[in-house]
Amino acid sequence: MTDLEPGTKLASVVCATEVVVIRAPSQPVEITCGGVAMVPADGPDAHSGTLGADATDSDNPTLLGKRYASDETGLELLCAKAGDGSLACNGTPLPIKGAKPLPSSD
Amino acid sequence: MHLDLLLDMAVSGHGSRVAFGPRDGGLTGEDLAARSEVGAERLAALDAGHLVFVGTNGPAFPIALFAAARAGIPLVPLNYRQTPEQIAALIADLEHPVIVHDPALASLVADVDAPAMTTDSFATSVPDAWSEGPPAPSNGDPDATALLLFTSGTTAAPKAAVLRHRHLAAYVMTTVEFSNADEDAASLVSVPPYHIAGVSNTITNLYAGRRVVHLANFDPAAWLDLATRESVTHALIVPTMLSRIVDHLDATGTMPPPQLRTLAYGGAPMPATVIERALGHFPDTDFVNAYGLTETSSTISVLGPDEHRDALASDDPAVRARLGSAGVVVPGIEIEIRDDAGDLVGAGQTGDLWVRGEQVSGEYRGLGATVDEAGWFATRDRAWVDDDGYLFIEGRADDTIIRGGENIAPAEIEEVLRRHGGVADAAVVGLPDEEWGQRIAAAVVTRPGATPTETQLTDFVRAALRSAKAPEEIRFVDELPLTDTGKLVRRDVVAQFLASEGTTP
Repeated sequence: MTDLEPGTKLASVVCATEVVVIRAPSQPVEITCGGVAMVPADGPDAHSGTLGADATDSDNPTLLGKRYASDETGLELLCAKAGDGSLACNGTPLPIKGAKPLPSSD
Repeated sequence: MHLDLLLDMAVSGHGSRVAFGPRDGGLTGEDLAARSEVGAERLAALDAGHLVFVGTNGPAFPIALFAAARAGIPLVPLNYRQTPEQIAALIADLEHPVIVHDPALASLVADVDAPAMTTDSFATSVPDAWSEGPPAPSNGDPDATALLLFTSGTTAAPKAAVLRHRHLAAYVMTTVEFSNADEDAASLVSVPPYHIAGVSNTITNLYAGRRVVHLANFDPAAWLDLATRESVTHALIVPTMLSRIVDHLDATGTMPPPQLRTLAYGGAPMPATVIERALGHFPDTDFVNAYGLTETSSTISVLGPDEHRDALASDDPAVRARLGSAGVVVPGIEIEIRDDAGDLVGAGQTGDLWVRGEQVSGEYRGLGATVDEAGWFATRDRAWVDDDGYLFIEGRADDTIIRGGENIAPAEIEEVLRRHGGVADAAVVGLPDEEWGQRIAAAVVTRPGATPTETQLTDFVRAALRSAKAPEEIRFVDELPLTDTGKLVRRDVVAQFLASEGTTP
C-alpha cells in the first residue's frame, strides 16, 4: 500500500469508485474496494478490472460525497466518485461516518 | 483536497442544477466547470501568477475562483471601494497579476500595468467540442495557495491572509454535508467577494447543491424584495445589514420573506438589541450566529436556532446571555483560552482565544505561518467559555482598554449604552491618559429626537456596571466609522477624539 496522507487519491480496480484520504490512519492499512486493494487514482491499474461475483464485495456500493471512517485506525475517506464496490479497511467493512448535521451557517 | 475536486463532485452529484443566479437562466454546476476551464486556459496563456478580481458578487466570482483553482494560481479578490491608488499599490506587490473586473469598475484599474479584462469577456464562450463537459481537471496540489485575502485592517495596515486549498476544503468537508440541500433551496449572498464569508458561501452552497442568488449592493428594500421574488430559503448577512432590515420592516410594515428558513449572521459583533428585535420580526426563521476569521477559512463556531429561541425564552441569566454568544465550536476545531503567561484559564475567565484545526491557516503573505509549534493560532480576540462550552467573544485584544492596570472590554460598555432608550449605537475606545494609562471615551449616535446628556449616559453605565467602566468622555456623533462589511474602525474613533482635542495620535 502506498503511503496515505490527507489528499491522497485512490481508485478502485474493479469499479468506478474513487476516494480521497481525509485523515491518514495511525498505522499501515489495506484499503479494498469490491474486495480488491485500491490503487493510486492516476496509475495504470485504476478501474482496470471488473467486480467479482462475491456478493459481500458489493453489499454497500459507494455513495458520492459520503465519508467513510474506521474508528480503529483513524482512517477517513471521502467518496469522490461513486461505484458498485464496497469499501473495507484491513478486511473490515468501512461504515459511512454519521454526519452530525450543523445548522447552516452559510 | 483541492477546490477542483469539490467542483468535480458537485458536477457529478447535481451538475444540472442552477448553482448561481436566477432559477431560469442561471449558471449550472456544469456551466461553471466549463467556464472555469476556459478561464484557466486563458490564464495559462497569459502566464498569470495571480488572478486579481475587482468585482461585486455575482456569477462571475465563482467562475474566477474556480478558473484560478484550475490554473493553479491564487485568486486575489480586492475591495472595490478603495481608491485606484490603493488598488494599484496592492496589485504592484503581486507577481504576474492578471485582472478581471466588473465593466463598471474599469476606471479603478485603468492605470495598472497588467493584463485586464472584464467579467463579461473573461470566460464566456465555451467550445462546442465540450458538449460532454470540459476536460477533467488534473490532480491539483492541496498545498497550493487558493486565495489571498486582505484582512480588513481595522486595527492595523491590511495584510494578506494566505488560504491554501486544503484549508478551504477542510472547512467545507467538515461543516457541510455533500448534496444535502433541497432542490428548491436558495441562498441569498449579500457579502462581497473580498470577505471570507463571500468566498466560503460560494463553495459551501455549491457543495451542498443550494442555488446562490447574489445581491451586489446591499439595501434593505432590495434585499427583502429579492428574497421574496427568488423564494430565498437561506441568507447570510452582517449585523449592520440586519439592523437596517429590521429598521426597514419597522418603518414600512413590510412582511418578511415568506420562504426564509435560515438567517445566518456574522462578520462583526451583533448588538443584543438588534438580534432581539430581529427574532420578533422573523418568528418562523431559524437564526444562526457564525463566528470565524479570515485566517480560519471562516466559521469556527456556531450558535444554532434552538439556542437562540431557548435564550430568548429563558429566565436564567446564563442561558439568556447565550444570545450574545458565538455558540460552540464546529467539528474539527479545538479552542483554548490562555492568560497573558500562556496558561489555560478556567470557565468564565477571559483570556486570549487560540484555535487549532485543519481549516486554520494563520499564514500571512510575506510573514509565513504564525501558528505555534503545536499548530495553535492566536486569533487576537479576547474571549471566555461558559460552563457548558459556549464561547463568548469580547473583542479584539488590540481594542482592550487598559485603565489603571485593569483590562476593560469596550463591547461590554457598548452593550449597556445601546440599552439606553436615547442611544442608537455606540463605540467605546481608550484614549491616552497620564494618570490611568488610558481613559474610557464613548462616541454615541443618538436616536432621532432623543437628546440624552453626557451625565445621564455616564450614570446609566455606572448603574449597570461600575464606576471604573463609566465613560469619562462622551462625544455625540452623526454616525460611527464602519467598514462596508459593518466592522467598526476603532482607530478612526480614537483619531476623531484626539483631533477634537487638538492632539494627534
